[in-house]
Amino acid sequence: MAEENELSRGITGFGAYIPQARLQRAVIAEANAWFDASLKGLGRGERSMCNWDEDTITMGVEAAVDCLTGFDGYAPESLYFASTTFPFLDRQNSVVLAEALDLPRQVQALDIGASQRAATSALLALLQGDRDGMVIASEHRRSKAGSRAEMLWGDAAAAIATGGGPALAEFLGGESLATDFVDHYRGGEFDYDWEERWIRDEGYLKIVPETVNRLFENCGVAAGDIAHFILPTDQARTPPAVAKRLGINPSAIVDNQAATVGVAGAAQPLLLLAKTLESAKPGDLILLTGFGQGCDALLFRATDAIGGFKPASGVSGALASGREETNYARFLAFNDLIERDIGKRGETDKQTYLSGYNRRRDLVTSFAGGKCRTCGTVQIPREKYCVNPECNALDSQDPYSFADKQGEVLTWTADRLTFDPSPPAYFGMVQFDGGGKLMMDFTEVREGSIESGSRISVHFRVRQNDPQRGFRKYFWKARILE
Amino acid sequence: MADGIKDKVVILGMGCSKFGERWDASPSDLMVEAFEECLGDAGIERNEIEAAWFGAGIDAFHVGASAMPMAIALRLNYIPVTKVENMCATGTEAFRGAVYAVASGACDIALALGVEKLKDTGYGGLPQRSRGVENDMYWPNLSAPGAFAQLATGYRARHRHNKQDLKRAMAHVSVKSHANGAKNPKAHLRREITEQQAIDAPFIAEPIGLYDCCGVSDGSACAIVTTPEIARGLGKEHLVSVKALQLAVSNGTESGHESWDGSYLKTTRIAAQRAYDEAGVRKPAQEISMTEVHDCFSITELVTMEDLQLTEEGKGVTAVLDGDFDAEGKLPCQIDGGLKCFGHPIGASGLRMIYENYLQLQDRAGPRQLADPKLGLNHNLGGFPHQNICSISMIGHL
Repeated sequence: MAEENELSRGITGFGAYIPQARLQRAVIAEANAWFDASLKGLGRGERSMCNWDEDTITMGVEAAVDCLTGFDGYAPESLYFASTTFPFLDRQNSVVLAEALDLPRQVQALDIGASQRAATSALLALLQGDRDGMVIASEHRRSKAGSRAEMLWGDAAAAIATGGGPALAEFLGGESLATDFVDHYRGGEFDYDWEERWIRDEGYLKIVPETVNRLFENCGVAAGDIAHFILPTDQARTPPAVAKRLGINPSAIVDNQAATVGVAGAAQPLLLLAKTLESAKPGDLILLTGFGQGCDALLFRATDAIGGFKPASGVSGALASGREETNYARFLAFNDLIERDIGKRGETDKQTYLSGYNRRRDLVTSFAGGKCRTCGTVQIPREKYCVNPECNALDSQDPYSFADKQGEVLTWTADRLTFDPSPPAYFGMVQFDGGGKLMMDFTEVREGSIESGSRISVHFRVRQNDPQRGFRKYFWKARILE
Repeated sequence: MADGIKDKVVILGMGCSKFGERWDASPSDLMVEAFEECLGDAGIERNEIEAAWFGAGIDAFHVGASAMPMAIALRLNYIPVTKVENMCATGTEAFRGAVYAVASGACDIALALGVEKLKDTGYGGLPQRSRGVENDMYWPNLSAPGAFAQLATGYRARHRHNKQDLKRAMAHVSVKSHANGAKNPKAHLRREITEQQAIDAPFIAEPIGLYDCCGVSDGSACAIVTTPEIARGLGKEHLVSVKALQLAVSNGTESGHESWDGSYLKTTRIAAQRAYDEAGVRKPAQEISMTEVHDCFSITELVTMEDLQLTEEGKGVTAVLDGDFDAEGKLPCQIDGGLKCFGHPIGASGLRMIYENYLQLQDRAGPRQLADPKLGLNHNLGGFPHQNICSISMIGHL
């Protein structure tokens, strides 16, 4: 068993993000019960859904920012990004994330995927290595229309940090087990799974106890002492069954939030861990597991510092920021599950000229402008000559980040003529606190909530999809602070 | 020290096609229609034209690149022809090229022609198009109404107007232009509307509704210019001369520097003062007889009245509602119906506006004729409130 000492490693911070839109499960059931009447039984509660301009990367950025806000200028040495729904199969998604977070270029950025336990494996690897860092897990889930998965799953992201401050939860040990138990797989666009009862009896109930019991033994911990047991799954009855087999107190089971957020795939273990860390008491033992072609099990003990970390919003803040979505057709459209008429204005070429993008990466991904050394004027974008008409100095600007800035709306509109995946397109001129002004898109606007003078924060979002080439552009958008 | 363009060049003739949804007419057909009228008005032969400027705004949707489409359409005699494009200031830019060529003494007679075929896109409104490799990475997909709706929100915030008052004034701008356009056989939209219709129309880009937008049309207009001496030599009387020709182009200050708050058009203020200085106008509201301004949207016209010093800053709403710019008002605006009723074939609009003031100054405007006009102002604004090109031309009796 690991003794408490200064060298002990652990979790130093956490953050989370859940999209604001919460699709009401009743509307999914209503639209699909004609085909599968059993969906009616799940027709209560809600699930999170990405807006059209959110994806695994943008949610990952939000969760990381949520976590980093709790620190005083922490830059992780390693950045592990776990997901099974990366937007790019070959373009290191974690590097996009690192640039959006404006981390130093020396960061060790790594994508870890292809399993529902990608995030627990990533966290285990980080804790067992000699660098500190952050694991971000994010999932924009993809399921067929009218499926049980569509009702049970949700989109979310979470971040766990292991450096930059005192451990909130000390890492006591971890175990892994690899076995090719194929409960489901994704060889094409969608998951294909086998019978639930078989997965429970032959999968969870055998594989998880084997792994966890070994961990208990190695750490010298008794099952009855576990205060929080995290077993990510969309099977409601499985965690109690596994807990019973292990001897874990049923009250220790952490709820999978299927009817509030939906089960968030590879992000689920860290989302539930972040939620647990919000309320854990000093001394609490936290057992985190991940299941998928084997099992990961990690054991933590909350320290006296546990209550001292405050993410910007955390899971509870993200849960509270939801807005009801009752339009199932919008969910289908945002997830590309239906071929919509987008109008001729949507037909324009969406090519990204990569050499041009490369020149503007600091603006587009890191949201950097400039601050003039000669006159002090803050501006965006950063051009060769200073924008101040009284100055216009050449090459006088140092990079200046807008990613953490707030500001106010000068002018705005709701444009119903231009192409937008979710009309109307809201955009306008934003004046940033501390200087700098930019015409930019607004996201998550509730009708009637925007006026000149409204306060805004900025968020990394999808700017445009290029379905012809499978590319997508990202940029920062303004969101009204409510 | 340069002494400006005033009275160095006169208009020998002008022409303007019928504007509208010209499904039957190609860009060449439109050009020829305007050119034939212009040649007849000037009373010269094609081969007397020594140089030409060709304005077209959105290549991809009609004529294609270079000056050749016009040289071919008009069978010009292997003279120098220059293609110009400067967004909505394109027509006036073509005019500026021809006027400057004559003023410089490089040629005696020059042609300016603008054309736009907007109705081959397959949908309403201006074509959705790229803003360039880098801008497309971070600019909003703003449509034209989306861009100018922000002028309304910026203006409203600056002057603390309530939404209803501003909307009513915007409606009045359009009601007035429709009333004028109804009298003009070359206008696209020839139906009067009511204030309530304009107010109740659906939003295109809040607070801009359908009737706050100008039409989208096909059309062409052109001018032949020469020196006063040559015009007199050709037997012309009641000469109309160029009094001022100015252009101001945004340099990024409005979009990136906090000195601009989005409530006015900086380029218009600058170009207007320069034009007044060039023309020797001291009191614009008293000296100018009529204006054709860039009413791409009703709010643009309203704010432009202030930026041209034709009413006090912040008083545009009152002046509009008092009817100051109506046909019978103190200073008629868009007496031909404006962009509102002509629509806005980008390359043609500037020349179409000059055409109306030219007819008025020659007492040839038929049922729209104003009493004894002396000085006409034309104003174009290309781009967006935060980044744009403003052109102003003034013509009057020599």
